[in-house]
Amino acid sequence: MALKKYFPVFVLPTLLAFIIAFAVPFILGLFLSFTEFTTVVDAQWVGIANYVRAFSNDDFLNALWFTVKFTVVSVITINVIAFALASLLTKGLKGTNLFRTVFFMPNLIGGIVLGYIWQLIINGVLQFFDVTITYDPKYGFWGLVILMNWQLIGYMMVIYIAGIQNIPTDLQDASKVDGANRWQTLRNVTIPLVMPSITICLFLTITNSFKLFDQNLALTAGAPSKQTAMLALDIYNTFYGRIGWEGVGQAKAVIFFVIVAIISFAQLAMTRKREVEQ
Amino acid sequence: MKKILALFLCAVLAVSLAACGKKDDNNPSPNNAKAGSVYFLNFKPEVADIYKEIAAKYKEETGVDVKVVTAASNTYETTLKSEIAKTDAPTIFQINGPVGYTAWANYCEDLSDTKLYSYLTDKDLAVKNEKGVFGIPYVVEGYGIIYNNAIMEKYFALKDKAVSISKASEINSFEKLNAVVTDMTKHKKELGIDGVFASTSMSSGEQWRWTTHLASVPVYYEMKEDSDGSTIVSTLEENDIDFDYSQNFKKVFDMYLNNSTTQKGLLSSKSVDNAMAEFALGKAAMVQNGNWAWEQISNVGGNVVKAEDIKYLPIYMGIEGEEKQGLCIGTENYLAINKNASAEDKKASIAFLEWLFSSETGKDYVVNKLNFIAPFNTFKEDEMPSDPLAREILNWMNKDVNNLEWTFNSFPSQQFKEDFGNALLEYVQGSKDWSHVEKTFRNSWKSERQ
Repeated sequence: MALKKYFPVFVLPTLLAFIIAFAVPFILGLFLSFTEFTTVVDAQWVGIANYVRAFSNDDFLNALWFTVKFTVVSVITINVIAFALASLLTKGLKGTNLFRTVFFMPNLIGGIVLGYIWQLIINGVLQFFDVTITYDPKYGFWGLVILMNWQLIGYMMVIYIAGIQNIPTDLQDASKVDGANRWQTLRNVTIPLVMPSITICLFLTITNSFKLFDQNLALTAGAPSKQTAMLALDIYNTFYGRIGWEGVGQAKAVIFFVIVAIISFAQLAMTRKREVEQ
Repeated sequence: MKKILALFLCAVLAVSLAACGKKDDNNPSPNNAKAGSVYFLNFKPEVADIYKEIAAKYKEETGVDVKVVTAASNTYETTLKSEIAKTDAPTIFQINGPVGYTAWANYCEDLSDTKLYSYLTDKDLAVKNEKGVFGIPYVVEGYGIIYNNAIMEKYFALKDKAVSISKASEINSFEKLNAVVTDMTKHKKELGIDGVFASTSMSSGEQWRWTTHLASVPVYYEMKEDSDGSTIVSTLEENDIDFDYSQNFKKVFDMYLNNSTTQKGLLSSKSVDNAMAEFALGKAAMVQNGNWAWEQISNVGGNVVKAEDIKYLPIYMGIEGEEKQGLCIGTENYLAINKNASAEDKKASIAFLEWLFSSETGKDYVVNKLNFIAPFNTFKEDEMPSDPLAREILNWMNKDVNNLEWTFNSFPSQQFKEDFGNALLEYVQGSKDWSHVEKTFRNSWKSERQ
């Protein structure tokens, strides 16, 4: 009874925040992608013209391809390394807590700051070869991968540690008694049982890599010649950098949303199926 | 315990909700609402604090509120775009010339009947068309190659110098400049410099000295060939540029690169601030920039450049008749009034600007604090800024030389400048050759004009 009475009191603030900060801008954004405008209040309807322009824009397609490559590489490296670290740090080694803290730390630093820090580090190293990170798009690509790994590994590691610690030891003991070697234990016992963690980690890394913006802006800003610009940065540049292209930027953002939504739902559905009951 | 915690959390929620509801409005006297208020979106970060001072002073004198917001370097368009959509939109904003006007035409009030427009010494400087006057320039600026005369004198005193001239002011062509610069590079140890030119800043957002200022010179000469009128207008009408003087641009650009304090490969990490600091610390003898850079030079800690040693050279490119070439003089700072603001606010905004550029107090700020060379007839001969770069500009304006117009005001778009800058970067890093730069310049110009 009490719950029903107080229901609006507790829900209302969040609901308001959700409507103001998410629902309204989202609908407005969707509407604006079909219009031409300078500021968001003087829009004129142009139909799907913006979508046509977005898809015939080379920058957008390049950014899309670059983002896909980046996501594939970083999702694999982040999850493999994070999982390896997590299994190491659940073995009860000395100094485990210290290491967990150290690995988690980078995640507490903001993206822009991280971007600049890594720009300094990478340029510092490349200085010996008289070049900088913007010399070749490959440098920017691997710079971004390193940066992303450094930032996300700690976070994913914590999730994996929680998952691994939840596995009842009797299952592992049983597999040992059955004569399974380490690899077999990992494949047939550990991984199926940490599947919920894998689901969430994959989801987080895929969406985070796809939506990467601050780090991209701070590290390379797309240089050289926009070859290292990812989707979010390309959208930002289209919207703010080009007069008369605001609507196209908006259309790109809608396309971007659809892509991210499809990929992450597909991934969720696929990994969910593999989760097992203990 | 749980109860206390719950109470505490409720209090936090209540406070934060209240904070959200509170209007962040520093308008203590509601009476002024009737008289209108001013919201000035400032373009020049280097003088942000001075505008705050001016606003406070104006409030003290007239009681009208002036809110000054400054957009961070290179984010003016972004800030303006989001600010102007608000209910509390800027009443005074800035456009960067005829190209900026086309983007903001729906927001620019006609200023032809204002006193501010009548103050203009040269009415042709304003952004206008048959419908009215929409942008009023408030500062005249100039750029060229700034040099440190102390280092130059040290060089000309050398016994084994390879040139026959004996003063930096005798340089009047690219040939002479290049000879001096190359020879200085050979003697850089004796001169105590890392390079003749400060770093050619190529990091993202820091390429404007080349993509706008330097490129303005060859475009000026190209436009001059076809017409006698304003090159700014003919640049605006040009849809298919030839970039005839591309080799001249390349010569100067190469001179900057080959005699630089920094190796080519590392230039993409350098900013304008880096370059100005190198100059201020005496590590470089020359740097291409405008008179607004004085603030930057004088504020560098450990600055060794004396005010009386700072001089200007025109950007010589080896184009015929350049002995008579002067600095590039113009402006990209035009004030516009927001058409959609309330009538009171518009009136208050114009009154504020007129006060700033015609009252004694206002003019004092403009001349001595903002260091603007104002293009208004309200300023007397002796009411000009005293900083060395502005002085030099005034000197050059009075010389019998041909000062170049800022044709880059009419460059097609920001996108064009970025494409061009990206191509330059690839040229600097050696991954593309010069023909790629030329091609990008022509193609991007053409496609951005469509």
